[in-house]
Amino acid sequence: MKQSFFEIVENTPLTKTVYRMRLVGDTSDITASGQFVNIKLDGFFLRRPISVCDVEGDTLTLVYKVVGKGTEAMSKMTEGTLDVLTGLGNGYDLSKSGDTPVLVGGGVGVPPLYLLCRRLLAVGKRPSVILGFNTREEIFYEEEFRALGVEVSVATVDGSYGTRGFVTDCLSLPAHKNATYFYTCGPEPMLKALCKATTISGQLSFEERMGCGFGACMGCSCQTLTGNKRICKEGPVLEKEELLWNAN
Amino acid sequence: MERKLNVTLCGVPMDNPIIPASGTFGYGYEFAELYDINILGTFSFKGTTKEPRFGNPTPRIAECTEGMINAVGLQNPGVEQVIAHELPLMRKVFHKKVMANVSGFSVEEYVYTVKKLDACPEIGWFEVNVSCPNVHGGGMSFGTSPEAAAEVCRAVKAVTDKPVIMKLSPNVTDIVAIAKACEEAGADGIALINTLLGMRIDLARRRPVIANKMGGFSGRAIFPVAVRMVYQVAHAVSIPVVGMGGVATAEDVIEMMMAGATAVEVGAENLVNPYACRDIIEDLPRAMEKYGIESLSDIIRVV
Repeated sequence: MKQSFFEIVENTPLTKTVYRMRLVGDTSDITASGQFVNIKLDGFFLRRPISVCDVEGDTLTLVYKVVGKGTEAMSKMTEGTLDVLTGLGNGYDLSKSGDTPVLVGGGVGVPPLYLLCRRLLAVGKRPSVILGFNTREEIFYEEEFRALGVEVSVATVDGSYGTRGFVTDCLSLPAHKNATYFYTCGPEPMLKALCKATTISGQLSFEERMGCGFGACMGCSCQTLTGNKRICKEGPVLEKEELLWNAN
Repeated sequence: MERKLNVTLCGVPMDNPIIPASGTFGYGYEFAELYDINILGTFSFKGTTKEPRFGNPTPRIAECTEGMINAVGLQNPGVEQVIAHELPLMRKVFHKKVMANVSGFSVEEYVYTVKKLDACPEIGWFEVNVSCPNVHGGGMSFGTSPEAAAEVCRAVKAVTDKPVIMKLSPNVTDIVAIAKACEEAGADGIALINTLLGMRIDLARRRPVIANKMGGFSGRAIFPVAVRMVYQVAHAVSIPVVGMGGVATAEDVIEMMMAGATAVEVGAENLVNPYACRDIIEDLPRAMEKYGIESLSDIIRVV
């Protein structure tokens, strides 16, 4: 973990509620995709944990959804300096991916998969991507993933774009049916459905309300088959095999 | 001029009065990655019980104006694991006497845990928590009655020679009566305040934010309540008082000490500014100069 001060260089809406913020500062402590940062916002006591979408040199990209007052205030910032704790959480482990992993993102769970995708490509893997949204207007980052040269499938619940239904309805498509492993982030019902829908192994990124974000307060603990885990410290990425819902 | 920050708490000397509060500092090693935690007066480690505890379901955390609510519920690996795994890790990064925070669900559990920890030479003080608002049938139920708090105090005192500091709840009608009962039962010090019982509601979902419905409210917002209670207790007992509740700056430390605190704990602020205690310690000489204070021990209970 490192505390750094970042300059806001961009903050643009991608959809009605999802924004992309680009920050410039010391990114040296961000070591893995799937990690998050914890941002101090004026007028709010607790920091806001946001997953890392991309990092390149001293530029950090965050893609976040306005879900409450804190993220709403964040969406209105156009310039200034932010106090950010970086390098939080374990992140995705690339070593288990096999040659053709599938990355499955749901809604605001999509962003951390972008850096993961870039890192997998950099080590010679051939990932494919499934993105799930409620409706066409909520889609973001489809083009960014395509620009990386990977196969992308999109599912919308209302069928207004791509495959009608859920991310799991895309698993049998030719681009993904030979997946060696999965990496996912999204709402918990989606994570559960994905674990049920496939026999391959994988890693899942979880969300929880946090106090500190760096392991001190035990606010975000969960129970697993391998003991208690702090989502902020031993998580947010957990392996499918350690989840309690796979025990039955 | 060299400003003197050192104080003596229940006979144990400290380089300065700054103590990260239990539950906001783990066993120290997360913070040791950020700065040398040996600059602290001491710290109070995560509340420890006889048995391992997972604590309450999540969400356990809620945002408030200038504060937060937590309902962790005394998650800890149990005293055996604390001694076998946590304290050896702590010893690598912290070389001073540490404060052992203990909790229990019966008098026997408090005694069991204190007895086990008493054998650890790195423990300088016991902070006996009779004030956790987040567990049922234990914790705070001992801290809401003078008789029950005194009973825990007497039982713990009988099994250790280390100083015993009773940590009290503000969620009571008369905190002074409870503090006095502890003093009469042999307590070496009083620590206050634990969190205030609070609640937030998610308007869209029409239900409490916290899974356990209620939790302990802490952070800057509670500072005036804490100063008031520290003042009341410090003027009613003759044993040292450890003041806490919303402390975030060097000025807050001075205010707490003027109200009657011999040492000062910093809690929720560590969670939002992990450097809070370092920043306060570094800033204290400036604040002392501003208010004409040569030695912090001179201002204890001057108000």
